Amino acid sequence: MQVTGTVLTTRRVDAYHALTVVAPGIAERYRPGHFVSVAVGGPHTSMVTRRALSIHDVKADYGGTVELVFTMRGPGTAWLAERRARDTLDLVGPLGRPFPLPRDPAHCVLVGSEYGSAVLFPLADALLARGCRVDFVLGGAGAERVFGAMRARRMATTTTLTTEDGSLGLRGKVTDALPSVIADTRADAVYACAPMETLRAVTAVAMEFDIPVQVAVEESMACGIGVCMTCVLPVIGDDGATRMVRACAEGPVFRGERVRFEDVGTIPFDALGAPGGGVRHVG
Amino acid sequence: MSVDMRTFLAHVELANPVTTAAGCASSGRELAQFFDLHRLGALTTRSITMAPRAGRPTPRMAETPSGMLNAVGLQGPGIDAFLERELPWLAQRGIKTIVSIGGGTVAEYSELARRLADAPGVTALEVNLSCPNMEDRGRVFAREGSAAAEVIASVRSIMRYDVPVVAKLAPDVADIVAVARACVDAGADALSMINNPLGMAIDTEALRPSLAAVTGGLSGPAILPLAVRCVWQVHAALPGVPLIGIGGVMSGRDAFQLVLAGACVVGVGTALFHDPYACLRIERELEDLLRARGFQRLADAVGLAHRPPGSAPRHLLVDTEESTP
Repeated sequence: MQVTGTVLTTRRVDAYHALTVVAPGIAERYRPGHFVSVAVGGPHTSMVTRRALSIHDVKADYGGTVELVFTMRGPGTAWLAERRARDTLDLVGPLGRPFPLPRDPAHCVLVGSEYGSAVLFPLADALLARGCRVDFVLGGAGAERVFGAMRARRMATTTTLTTEDGSLGLRGKVTDALPSVIADTRADAVYACAPMETLRAVTAVAMEFDIPVQVAVEESMACGIGVCMTCVLPVIGDDGATRMVRACAEGPVFRGERVRFEDVGTIPFDALGAPGGGVRHVG
Repeated sequence: MSVDMRTFLAHVELANPVTTAAGCASSGRELAQFFDLHRLGALTTRSITMAPRAGRPTPRMAETPSGMLNAVGLQGPGIDAFLERELPWLAQRGIKTIVSIGGGTVAEYSELARRLADAPGVTALEVNLSCPNMEDRGRVFAREGSAAAEVIASVRSIMRYDVPVVAKLAPDVADIVAVARACVDAGADALSMINNPLGMAIDTEALRPSLAAVTGGLSGPAILPLAVRCVWQVHAALPGVPLIGIGGVMSGRDAFQLVLAGACVVGVGTALFHDPYACLRIERELEDLLRARGFQRLADAVGLAHRPPGSAPRHLLVDTEESTP
C-alpha cells in the first residue's frame, strides 16, 4: 500500500542515517524482512526511480511508525538525509517476502554486514518472542560502519563484532568469525543480510555445517513492486531449474543455497530462457 | 459535470484513455495488489515471445536526469506460460488487455499471432517492432518501413478481423511518418509511439558503461517532448489513424499534451515505477483538465492542437451555439 508518512525523528546511527516515519498501514502489516520503497526529490523530482530501504524498527506509537536505515550513496539518499521532522515521505510497503521463522524454538545466528544488519533487529525480536536463542555476528569496514552493536548486545545471548581494520572486535570479516559462533552456539539456523559477496561466504559456511541459511539480498531496483524487472538474480527453484527472479517480489529473502551467488550479474547458460536454449533443461 | 472519457482504439471501445505501457505492468497481478485493474482503459502486457526469455544480465537499470535507462531484454515466460497462466487470469476478470508481442523473425511474429488468434481475452494486439531482426543482421524492424510492414501484414492476415493490430514504433528513425504510413498500408489498425529511444550512461566510479548491456532504452519525462513530436507528425500525416501516445507521461498534463497532439489513448510506463497508482491519478488529472477547459468529451480534444492558428477550439464553438437561445 502507498502511505504519505510524516517524518517523526531523524538521527545518525554510526555512519548511517535513520528516519522514523509515521506510516500506520505499513507498520501494522510489517513482518521482519519486509522493506519499503520511497520516492525521493519531492513532488517535481527529476529522480524517477524509488529507493528501496530496509526497516530497522517498527513501533505502535502514533498509530504505527517505521524506522528506515540507509547510507548516503547518491543524490536520492542525500535528499533523504536532509529530511527533517514533520516533512512528508511517499512510502510504498511493506514489500517483499519476509523471513520465514522456525516453528519450534531454535538457536539462530544472525549475520549482518554494514547497514544490512538493520533488518536483523526486528527479526531478532520475533525470534526471541518465539523462545529462540539469538546470537549476532556484525561487521563492517571500520568501527563506525558496524551497525547496531549496542542494541545487539542488549538483545542477544552473544554478540561477535568484526572490522576489517581491527578498530572494533575481531579483525576480519563476519565470515571469519561465523564458523566458531555456529559451533559454540550449536546453531540450528543462520539468517544474514549483507552485500552479495558476504552472503555468498555466509551461505558457504552454513552449508559446511549443514544448517539452513536465509539471506536477504540487496539488489538495485527501480520500482520495488515487481513490475520493472531490473532487480533479478539467478535462483534455483523447487523443480531444480534456475530462473532469473526478482529480488523485490520473489525475495528479498531467499534460501542461501538456492541463490547462485557466483552467477549474480550474469545469465547462467542453464537458466530458464537463457540465450542458447537453457529452456531445454526443463520439461 | 463529468467528462465523457470513452475512447476508441480502432473499433474497440475503452472506458478511458489510460493504459499501461508494454513491459511496465509485468503480468498485471503486481498492480492488482494496489487497485482494481478494471479502472484502467486497458492493460498492456509485457512483450510476449515464443520461448521463455531470461533477459539481459544485471545491472539492467540506471537512473538518468529526469529518466532512466533500462535493458531488461524482454524477460518473460514465453507464449505457452502466458496462455496458460497470465492471459486467463486477466480474461477471467474481464480486464481489457492489449497483448504485446515481440519476435526475431517475421515467422516468429506470425506464430505468436496464430497462438493468440483464438485465445479469449485479447482486446488488441500490439506488435513491438523494436526487436532485432535476426534475418537482417539484428537491425530492429521498426527502423525501416518495409521490414515493419512485412511483420504487420503477416500478423494482420492471421489475427481475427475484430482484434485491432497496433504497430509500436520507435523514435530512432530518420522519418517516423514513413514507417507509420508503411504499417498502416500493411493493415495496422492503430499505431503506438514511442518505444524507448536508445541511450547510454557511463559509471564514473567504475569507469565502465552503467548497464551490463551497454546501451538501453531511455524512458521517463526526459522523452515526453520526443513522444509529443512523433505523435504530432504522425497525426498530421495520417489524421484518421488512432494513436496510442506513450513516452514520459507522469501527469494528466503530460497525457493532455499527447491527446492534443493526436493520441486517443495514452500509455503510462515509467510513472508506474514511481507511483503504482499513476494510471488512476493521470486519468483523474486529465479529466479535471478537460473539464476545466469546457470539454464534454475526451474525443473533442484529440488532435485539437493541429487546428489552424487563430481558430477557436471547436468544442467551445459548439457549446456557444447550443446555448444561444
